Amino acid sequence: MEQHISLIEHLQAELSLLREALIHHQAEMAEAAGETAAVASSGGGSLGLTLFVFALAIFLGVELITKVPSQLHTPLMSGSNAISGITIVGALLAMQNVTGPAAILLGLLAVITATVNVVGGYLVTDRMLGMFKTKKKEEA
Amino acid sequence: MQEFVYIIASVLFIIGLKRLGSAATARQGNMLSACGMGLAVVATLVGTGFSWIWILLGITIGSAIGAVAAKKVPMTGMPEMVALFNGSGGIASLFVGWASQVNPPGGQLTVAEAIPLYLAVVIGGVTFTGSMIAYLKLSEKIDGKPVQFKGQQIISIALLGALLAGGLLFTFNFAGIWILLAVLLSFAFGVMVVIPIGGADMPVVIALLNSYSGLAACAAGFIISNTVLIVAGALVGASGLILTGIMCKAMNRSLSNVLFSGFGSASGGGAGKDVEGEAKPISADDTYYILESASSVVFVPGYGMAVAQAQHAVKELAALLEENGCEVSFAIHPVAGRMPGHMNVLLAEADVPYEQLVEPDDVNPNMAATDVAIVIGANDVVNPAARTDETSPLWGMPIINVDLAKTCIVLKRSLRPGYAGVENPLFFCENTRMLLGDAKASVQALVTAFKE
Repeated sequence: MEQHISLIEHLQAELSLLREALIHHQAEMAEAAGETAAVASSGGGSLGLTLFVFALAIFLGVELITKVPSQLHTPLMSGSNAISGITIVGALLAMQNVTGPAAILLGLLAVITATVNVVGGYLVTDRMLGMFKTKKKEEA
Repeated sequence: MQEFVYIIASVLFIIGLKRLGSAATARQGNMLSACGMGLAVVATLVGTGFSWIWILLGITIGSAIGAVAAKKVPMTGMPEMVALFNGSGGIASLFVGWASQVNPPGGQLTVAEAIPLYLAVVIGGVTFTGSMIAYLKLSEKIDGKPVQFKGQQIISIALLGALLAGGLLFTFNFAGIWILLAVLLSFAFGVMVVIPIGGADMPVVIALLNSYSGLAACAAGFIISNTVLIVAGALVGASGLILTGIMCKAMNRSLSNVLFSGFGSASGGGAGKDVEGEAKPISADDTYYILESASSVVFVPGYGMAVAQAQHAVKELAALLEENGCEVSFAIHPVAGRMPGHMNVLLAEADVPYEQLVEPDDVNPNMAATDVAIVIGANDVVNPAARTDETSPLWGMPIINVDLAKTCIVLKRSLRPGYAGVENPLFFCENTRMLLGDAKASVQALVTAFKE
């Protein structure tokens, strides 16, 4: 009889250990799931998805440019150069929750140089294309 | 919400690029793409924790520099301006990458962030110094000739190896020292990549550097997994590569040949056959008589026209010829000048009608029936050795066959060879006459003769 009692006690103890482990495991699972959801909802998406977007954009770029007449090569180049100033978005994000003089300096330099690229690039392209356009008006 | 605006911005970039591909819609396309950029910036700034003072300071300084430079640059200075803007975009991506190392976006870097971070720094650095060297060569602040020395390629390969090794080490400990090293090495590599390339190959280099600046922005996008950066950067990267390919094709050379051969230097392969014969000079008055009786004239402009700022005088001469009942066209070689489409921009500035600008393939079949071909500061793109001399470095390059015209008049400062350093047998042809002197002064003399 005593033997039986001690066996039951022993089993009960093991059961509670198991239960604890299970609860612990569930918590871990929930935590992991939460993290995954957080990554997914942070707007970035997974690396695989961004690589996919990258590959599609490359093909799209090739398709868009292949048929451009040589007369427009210069404005096309300076216009697409202005688009590469999109790195300004990265520069601005570098200025979010920024701490320390080194990071501020780098972020500031990034914002300045990216803005030069964007503003200068679009204005100079517009100036060039403006010359093309006035001529067309005269013809019309 | 932010993602949604980013998608709209990406679509505007795509439509903008598409519209840049046709003359009628190009200006509108550029504006659409500028709107996309504006939207992307505004959407980014919706959030908290921004250091507004620094952002405003940066945007103000950057806008001022960009706007003044864009308004002040003369059309002839466009290639070097594009090179400067391009370098500016490249170094911006370098700074974005570096700032992400100092102050990681997620608090702690991961390998998936560290790889694009390193790439953004390296590609940005190469784009920056490469563009600066291109700028110096184009503005003739340094000699445009290819610079080559013993062991140059070994140094380049060593730099590349060191960059790869540094990148590998960086993915292990994310230490700032590797980024500092990458900045220095990529700066050196950018210089090494562009100095062996001659001035005449600059259209290829500029197009290629343009592609790099896009890829650098793309790499910056992968650090923060930001789709608008990735899409816009990839679009620019692809379009720059396509343009590079078009330029290489126009010179009948492969990209590796352009990048590594040091074309036009003393050691750059065979110099071609020695040309025999005597160039026959002609006076402006005699040229006038030839032009006065011509019924078809083809102008072939080159870099010399840009240097002499002769485009307005050329346009005036063309108008006078037309009044005289002569058929006028401008044959434009894709690599004439120092930038893709360089000549088109200059002639557009001088109000030359769009339909008078023709490509070599359209003008060559009629060349034998053309009375006069006037070459203004072009050289390699009209060198008949490309067609006739298998030993010439230019062999196989599609050219404008001005030597087949009934008379060919070459406006040139002197009898020196062109940028590629190759002798031009055109100058010694039976039907070629040399009108030596400053191109603008020569054309103005012709204009005066017509008016009298």
